[in-house]
Amino acid sequence: MLATLSDERIAYLEGLVRQARTAAAVFTQCTQEDVDRIVKQMVLAGLEQVQYLARLAIEETRLGVLEDKVLKNMVATEFVYNYVRDKRTVGVIREFPERGLIEVAEPIGVIFSLTPITNPTSTVLFKCIMAIKTRNAVIFSPHPNAWRCCYEAVRIMYEAAVKHGAPEGVFTCLEAHDLQDNAYLMRHKDVGLIDATGGPGAVKAAYSSGKPALGVGSGNTPVYLEKTADPDMAVVDIITSKTFDNGTICASEQTVVIDDEIYDLVLKKFADLGAHICNEQEAALLARTVIDPATGFMQPLVVGQKATDIARAVGLSVKPNAKLLIAPIQGVGREHPLSAEKLCPVLAVYRAKSVDEALRVCVDVNHAGGLGHTAVIFSTNDDIIRRFSEAVNAGRIIVNSPGSIGALGGVYNDMVPTFSFGCGTGGGNSTTDNVNVYHYLNIKRVARRIPAHMWFRIPNQIYFNMNAAENLRQFASRSTVLITNPALEQMGLVDIVRRYLPEQTPLHVSVIPDAEPEVKVVLEGVETLNLFRADQIIALGGGSVIDAAKIMKLKYESPQADLEELAAPFLDIRKRVVQYPTEKVNRARLIAISTTSGTGSEITPFAVMFDKQSGRKVTLADYSLTPDVAIVDPQFVMSMPKGLTADTGIDCLTHGLEAAVSIYASPYTDCNALQAIQLAFKYLPIAYEHPHDEEARTMMHNAACIAAIAFANASVGVNHALAHAFGARFRVAHGRANALMLPHVIAYNASVPTKFMPSPNQRAYSAHKKYALIADLLGLGGSTVEEKVKKLITAIEQLLDQLAFPRSIAELGISREEFERAVPDLVKIAFDDPSWRTNPRMPLLKELEGLLWSAYEGRPATQHASRERTA
Amino acid sequence: MATIAVMFKIDGEGVAPALQQAGERLDKANGHAVLDFSTVRRVDPAALSAMQELAATADGRGVKLALRGVNSDVYKVLKLAKLASRFSFLS
Repeated sequence: MLATLSDERIAYLEGLVRQARTAAAVFTQCTQEDVDRIVKQMVLAGLEQVQYLARLAIEETRLGVLEDKVLKNMVATEFVYNYVRDKRTVGVIREFPERGLIEVAEPIGVIFSLTPITNPTSTVLFKCIMAIKTRNAVIFSPHPNAWRCCYEAVRIMYEAAVKHGAPEGVFTCLEAHDLQDNAYLMRHKDVGLIDATGGPGAVKAAYSSGKPALGVGSGNTPVYLEKTADPDMAVVDIITSKTFDNGTICASEQTVVIDDEIYDLVLKKFADLGAHICNEQEAALLARTVIDPATGFMQPLVVGQKATDIARAVGLSVKPNAKLLIAPIQGVGREHPLSAEKLCPVLAVYRAKSVDEALRVCVDVNHAGGLGHTAVIFSTNDDIIRRFSEAVNAGRIIVNSPGSIGALGGVYNDMVPTFSFGCGTGGGNSTTDNVNVYHYLNIKRVARRIPAHMWFRIPNQIYFNMNAAENLRQFASRSTVLITNPALEQMGLVDIVRRYLPEQTPLHVSVIPDAEPEVKVVLEGVETLNLFRADQIIALGGGSVIDAAKIMKLKYESPQADLEELAAPFLDIRKRVVQYPTEKVNRARLIAISTTSGTGSEITPFAVMFDKQSGRKVTLADYSLTPDVAIVDPQFVMSMPKGLTADTGIDCLTHGLEAAVSIYASPYTDCNALQAIQLAFKYLPIAYEHPHDEEARTMMHNAACIAAIAFANASVGVNHALAHAFGARFRVAHGRANALMLPHVIAYNASVPTKFMPSPNQRAYSAHKKYALIADLLGLGGSTVEEKVKKLITAIEQLLDQLAFPRSIAELGISREEFERAVPDLVKIAFDDPSWRTNPRMPLLKELEGLLWSAYEGRPATQHASRERTA
Repeated sequence: MATIAVMFKIDGEGVAPALQQAGERLDKANGHAVLDFSTVRRVDPAALSAMQELAATADGRGVKLALRGVNSDVYKVLKLAKLASRFSFLS
């Protein structure tokens, strides 16, 4: 098709584009004040000429009503101006300081704009104002049968604009053009946007061009006149709208679906106000004239004609002042031609026996050529209005007002004034909006870095030091269930707790296996809680018992909690998909008394379950899991065996180290993490070597809790992810698994990451510096960061040797072949583990594998190496 | 051998005439000419047209044109008007 354009024609079109491009380029230098001044003067110039332009339009197109076209021109200038006058469209247009966001306007450049025959001058006026307000240049391509009036409208706007500072060439109007010109310009590389207000062919061509396009779809507006509506208002509104400019606005009413109860009354009111109600024979005649039987679409000749002229053409005898021809129809579709769009004062009506039938017919009309456009309802029943708005697919749903003038916006409602109705995907358009200045802009968003909001959450009450359990006396309870494991019960720890409880407290002891809780154990515990209608749960034990109690409490209070779902992975606890239940059928206070010095479970929001079926540990994490009261009383750990002392102590140290370098680390967590590390370095060897040293036990017990305070808020890292995976697979104690990974993970985190972890709160990679700071606090020496990190690793290795930890996984008796077989799974499981999400360095799968192998091969012996270890 | 460019000061209040004058004196340029835009705050379509002509004249005479002191607003206009590639830019 383009090949048929002559060289001269191409040169002409290229000239138009060049001129517009230059104008648009120059226009970018104008300020908001410049464009606002120009727009105001254009609007005033347009208002001066509204009647002149309306008259030109009528003379040229022979469509519509002069008075209505004047009104449309006024809406296109005054109402549009009223909407845009205070809008910022140059430079910074909106600011959201609390979100760190600024929106900056960028003009589109050259817009190629098609304008219709039905609203020719008003559409031009509207688009000129939008273009100047947004600093764009426009090449207009008016409908060939409305070219002269459009050209005049462009000229009036152009002269006013240039006179007041717009660049020359900002508007041009294609002369003596045809579809080939349009096709050429639609595909031109320098045209930034096509704004096609026209028939379906033009809109389709615009969207097919491959250019960004605004196009309006055709309409077929259904109206539901529901029995609760004010019939007087509805009838007047419909007549006003449908006869406005002889029905040329594509949002005007096409088929009115009327409830049976008011149908006759409404038709009588229409007739009283000048409508002609057709009988069956007249309706059939009208259908044949108004709708082309071959296509099912309206005949172009009837568009915008008076009702009396159409009646005359059909051969109907109507009163000389008939405003509207109303034809009853019995259905929607090709067999009922008048259910199609009719841009003239011809209206179909349908009698509906029920709300459901009415809604069905409205939907049918909407789908018969009007998808995405406009629908109208008259009703005072909010529920029916809602049902209607959900049923129809329309960008504009006009309530108790005229469709055509209502859809234009700004007169009967607060919608944006427009002469271009976006019809969404239903109408093959990119928007359902009333097209406005914001569609003529590229909006750039300047997004400043904002630190993520952080938090610091711990239990309301923490009691620590020797005999802290005395504080149990203050907690009144009608029924308390104590959860513990067999060994602790045998050791008499339950009796200690019993002594501290208020005398009248009924205490029921539930003993669970000494292992990470399985679902079965949790559910049995919930049964116990229900049986005794517990209002207080005391968890007496290490991490496994306390974790079990947390999950039992969760299921007891919220039986609907789905543990599998709650264990779903997440990246950021604040944005997680799954929310923990807040509705509770029971309430119980959870008091956690830790009997080991490591997990910190007494104050953390985490609980680890063992999934027997998959052989994996499942971590639940939510602050609702945090115990209400934590008791950190060293009398419960004085008899901890050496092995357990070492394992849990290293777990505590790992918590502190991982929390310190976490991407969630904050001044609130750092102080706790660093304090815990110092305490662990000082007191863990003493507690290990001298189990009865009360001070060492006390300080290690506190260190575990303090480290937990840090990691409950900053979380942990890769070390824990690997330890969870490895520990579960080979049934190795958690602390020992941590110890096997720890030196390797510190070296890994202290080196330059292959991949950085996205973290708005970290200004630079600082893990190595944090490790160096820790080395300084421990007085390890070294003059550079690198040296200090090395000294820290050596100190940890010495500590591990002092505590008689194995130096490698191989030392545990796991063969290379067995380990090699396990590694792929371990890597997958570790990568699924939420623990590493806060690691300073984002681990690659290959790197996790490398770390596992480093742990397998092991670390060198230190001078503190000791091979003695007793359980 | 080093060449010395001829410098044309472009008046910010009359960009198009200044460019036309520069075009007339382009013969004096020994293969290189510098247009000093440091006082030019804005350009209009006439200035762009003059720049286009000047670039064409310079091409015809084998003169390389450089613009000095172009502010970011004017540079953006030249870019959008597809004229930026006709010149080199000096700080």
